[in-house]
Amino acid sequence: MNLYKLTIHEAHNLLKSREISSQELTKSVLDRVESVEPRVGAYITVAGETAMAQAELADKAIAEGNITHLTGIPLAIKDLICTKDLRTTCASKILENFVPPYDAFVIKKLKKAGAVIVGKANMDEFAMGSSTEHSGIKLTNNPWDLSYIPGGSSGGSAAAVAADMCLGSLGSDTGGSIRQPASHCGVVGVKPTYGRVSRFGLVAFASSLDQIGPLTKDVADCAVLLKAISGYDAGDSTSVPMDVPDYTTFLEKGLKGFKIGIPKEYHALSGLDAEVSEAVKNAVMTIEGLGAECVEVSLPHTEYAVAAYYVIAPSEASSNLARYDGVKYGLRDKDKNDLIEMYRSTRSMGFGSEVKRRIIIGTYCLSAGYYDAYYRKASQVRTLIIEDFKRAFKSCDVLLSPVAPTPAFKTGEKTEDPLKMYLSDIFTLSANLAGIPGMSVPCGFSTQGLPIGLQIMGKHFNEEKMIKVAYNFEQATDFHNKKPKL
Amino acid sequence: MKITKKEVVHVANLARLDLDEESIGKFAGQIDNILEYIDMLNRVETEGVAPTSHAIFLTNAFREDKVKEHLDRNKALANAPEKEDGNFVVPKVIV
Repeated sequence: MNLYKLTIHEAHNLLKSREISSQELTKSVLDRVESVEPRVGAYITVAGETAMAQAELADKAIAEGNITHLTGIPLAIKDLICTKDLRTTCASKILENFVPPYDAFVIKKLKKAGAVIVGKANMDEFAMGSSTEHSGIKLTNNPWDLSYIPGGSSGGSAAAVAADMCLGSLGSDTGGSIRQPASHCGVVGVKPTYGRVSRFGLVAFASSLDQIGPLTKDVADCAVLLKAISGYDAGDSTSVPMDVPDYTTFLEKGLKGFKIGIPKEYHALSGLDAEVSEAVKNAVMTIEGLGAECVEVSLPHTEYAVAAYYVIAPSEASSNLARYDGVKYGLRDKDKNDLIEMYRSTRSMGFGSEVKRRIIIGTYCLSAGYYDAYYRKASQVRTLIIEDFKRAFKSCDVLLSPVAPTPAFKTGEKTEDPLKMYLSDIFTLSANLAGIPGMSVPCGFSTQGLPIGLQIMGKHFNEEKMIKVAYNFEQATDFHNKKPKL
Repeated sequence: MKITKKEVVHVANLARLDLDEESIGKFAGQIDNILEYIDMLNRVETEGVAPTSHAIFLTNAFREDKVKEHLDRNKALANAPEKEDGNFVVPKVIV
């Protein structure tokens, strides 16, 4: 048996019954990484030695009868989540040698639960991108077809799960960065409600939109991993002090009484691929067949979401990224003897072009004379988008839509046209603006064999309803059992 | 034209970024395109709509003003490109 193929819950059962050890499991995953990494390129750093040491500790804990659902489970972590003593680059030259002196809140929780960290996953630099092509370190290829992008920005996290290079992973989602790569790689991904998961130790991109979430091989694993990382943390002032339900108790069959909302505006959007549209329609029918009732809802400000997002996110980013100045950590141009010159030179050498582009857009939108026209206006439209969702959720429990307008695109296809790249986030970024949870679950394949994802969105702090719909859909279909040939 | 090359250089300067001639031209074109797209926000009537900076119900997160566990000085300085006697070193500012 190839242990690396296991899901988290399957591996947990075998670890619990002592049929396998975490060291065997971790070794199997590390061997798998060694064999496919040259083709997939999912990892920036592979932490083989510390992973084996963590596995040994997990085996000891298990022998003593201390086992959680994540004890001894090998996971990949997106490389913008701080891991103590393990390099965290944000896929940027400016942080290429940054070794965090502390763990992010979610990493503390995972370590406490006994999880094994295999390594740090590739991403678009500072999470700015939809294809992982903006990584300043390396390219990641889609495991289903290596000439296609894996999606982004959590492209490494998604590709690693799809290619069995870990059992599950963490990503972050500011405008779709978990859901879109999950969709493109045929895995399950959840962006939790804003405030559900602490952002302490998550390198900031756009602080009012960023959330950490899980990417996994199936819905049950997502429930396990989401439960493990959720919860209040005083270290994040936007963390919400609310009880976290045990999401695994919602993995039960039956959708009777569930109301599913279908936003009518989504089908009118230009650029929606016919195969994606078909796959999502079929998914809606499947879910109706399971007992749910479908209602049409309206989100009238949908078409303005991309514009509002690409003011708000770059504005927040331009402010957040001001901290990279060559003084406290990261790269520094040591040849410059003037402070301002040193800042300029360091930042110009360290940031890639997409990051610079967004810093410039954000700085422009916030600069004197433009603030009201751009940032204030976008923040008002954000209010209207939130009100759209509130109205829609009065008549339904969850919303269904595509995750991305097309399956994965070819490497290099959109890098020269940033606006075209931004428009591929049309279905996902409203959830970030509204702070609501969203997830991607596999719902089909294109004729070329590339995965297609179904997006399920819920009300604030209603992850369990999303998970229940996703679980029922998954159990009624076979898409999650298909694996890429590598 | 929403943004000129000159404005790109000005904004880059505010953000402490140096751009070469080629990037200035490229960015001006691309950012102009993006700002042109963003202009669609002007079609939305927002008179009297309160702006949102935070999408959930929390307003403030107060805590007691008490010293808690924190990074020790050496750890805080561990990633500094240049340090001396427990301090960050920067190029001379006062001449």
